[in-house]
Amino acid sequence: MNDPWVPVPMTIRSRRQETSDTVTFELDASAAPVRFRPGQFTMLWRYGLGEVAISVSGDPREPERLVHTIRAVGAVTRPITQLRPGDVLGVRGPFGRPWPVDEAEGSDVVLVAGGLGMAPLRPAWLHLLANRERYGRVLLLVGARTPADLLFPDQLGAWRARFDTEVQVTVDRADAGWRGPIGVVTRLLERAGLDPARTRVMTCGPEVMMKFVAREALRQGIPADRIAVSMERNMQCAIGVCGHCQWGADFVCRDGPVFGWDRVGARFAVAGV
Amino acid sequence: MARALPITHLQALLDRLGADGRTVVGPVARDGAVVLEPVRIVDELAQGWRDEQAPGRYRLVPGEPRVFGALLGPQSPKTWLYPAKLTLFRAERDGASFRTTSPDRPPRLALLGLRACDLAAIRLQDRVLLGSGVEDPAYASRRREVLLVAVQCHRSAETCFCASMDTGPEVSSGYDLRLTEVIDERGHRLVVEAGSEAGRAIAADLPLVDVPHDDDAASRQAAEARAGQSKSLRTEGLRERLLDALRGPHWDEVATRCLGCAGCTMVCPTCFCTAVADVTDATGAAERVRRWDSCFHTEFTHVHGGPTRAELAARYRQWLTHKLATWHDQFGTSGCVGCGRCTTWCPAGIDLVAEAERAATAERRTE
Repeated sequence: MNDPWVPVPMTIRSRRQETSDTVTFELDASAAPVRFRPGQFTMLWRYGLGEVAISVSGDPREPERLVHTIRAVGAVTRPITQLRPGDVLGVRGPFGRPWPVDEAEGSDVVLVAGGLGMAPLRPAWLHLLANRERYGRVLLLVGARTPADLLFPDQLGAWRARFDTEVQVTVDRADAGWRGPIGVVTRLLERAGLDPARTRVMTCGPEVMMKFVAREALRQGIPADRIAVSMERNMQCAIGVCGHCQWGADFVCRDGPVFGWDRVGARFAVAGV
Repeated sequence: MARALPITHLQALLDRLGADGRTVVGPVARDGAVVLEPVRIVDELAQGWRDEQAPGRYRLVPGEPRVFGALLGPQSPKTWLYPAKLTLFRAERDGASFRTTSPDRPPRLALLGLRACDLAAIRLQDRVLLGSGVEDPAYASRRREVLLVAVQCHRSAETCFCASMDTGPEVSSGYDLRLTEVIDERGHRLVVEAGSEAGRAIAADLPLVDVPHDDDAASRQAAEARAGQSKSLRTEGLRERLLDALRGPHWDEVATRCLGCAGCTMVCPTCFCTAVADVTDATGAAERVRRWDSCFHTEFTHVHGGPTRAELAARYRQWLTHKLATWHDQFGTSGCVGCGRCTTWCPAGIDLVAEAERAATAERRTE
């Protein structure tokens, strides 16, 4: 049977509490490996309660370990994040268009993450690191509300310790222990010293953040078609038929979630399209 | 030479369509409207009724001699090929895991009494649900089995504008059988023409009589329906005009009249949006159930933090610009077939043709 609506059961192998409201699950996909591209998402079904679209946050080289980072914000994500190792989720996917990591080969690449936007960018970052020789400069610019809201802080430290990456972190509001930059993530982009002729930008976060990231990248002379954003919309089918995720002429689930700014930039100027 | 079924033998058609276990669905008068329901005997059909339609108004008027005298009710083939409520799959617990089972076999259908616009709507649904990447299994299984028996319109309602959408009034393709109902001094009969192998096989089993004088019955009636059609949508450049008007002032104005009831999307034969929800019972069994949904509902675009189209003006704009503009980008055609159902069944009498014209020509708002 190959029904696109029917999920495959997968067992939770591990659960890590990332922040007060955000959890990373690793699912055992060994029976049905999920070969995904960075930026794609799956539909996760909690039996009897509902289904939700979640970006894959794991390593694309490990299709048997399906990793998602989920924030408890809604009627489905809350009960999902309460699950424990040994519990089972239904999985459909992967779906959607990936980050343009192949097109970016030979370029400098800047990933700009805001909040939970780090989750869909993490596979892209892991891909850049795994194929480091194919790229020029690789930069990861991360913004979070507070230091406690930072996702993957240990990994950020390890990535920052490498000599072939540039990793910067900023927070909106510091706490007593914070000695790093304070302010919006766009500031980090201003100071990154990018060569607009050879740079690609990939950004995920709140829409207003992505809008300012794109605006700053354009100001620096980076062409619109080298700026990619990842969109979030209500999704119920993931195959372009339920209609919920429509945004202009696009179905975000099928034509996105990753879009070039040249295609969608104008939509950011009209509310409610 | 044309062949016709004397109206006194209409039961033979119902019987033949229902042979090999098919459910025959046809126009039935119920609760003051013509609806599409299973029919076994001729008396169940909406014979003797004529429909009067206007923006926000639908009435069945008695005294019509025709069997197929009422043109269009609130339902369309969508009701049967893409049901309003459908089980996608069932599941039961299996230790910590779960097991899924497929839904019940869909019914094999014969849809009787479809109009040219209904056939056009099926062609559009085919594009959306079969032809744009991933097939919808529920639609595909119903669509592959269905017999389509169309009736040539002999008149137009006040709300019809199929001619301007190039979808009617002639029933010209996409049918298994085409019926043209003729009443004259020679009697009352249905001219029967087959449009497929399945249609030819059915026609061969019917007690048809030769009617040489009826060779052009269908085109004659279509011409009458066309001549009686006063409404038309100016489609030339409409996509571009509407997309240029996204910031126009008209959306706020129409939102003062629109109730946001979603009725237009329910009666629209091409609106395809659905919502999926879990239904569980006391035994722990679960079902994933899909229901028609509407872009007019606030929660339609809900993500954490709220809906992305919170304003009714934005939701009306989404509906109209999707139907008449971005459908072209998505599926290579307008999403409107000109049936007028959205206009007839709008409780506020909002007229799609008039709103499209106003929205596309309204002064643009300056920044």
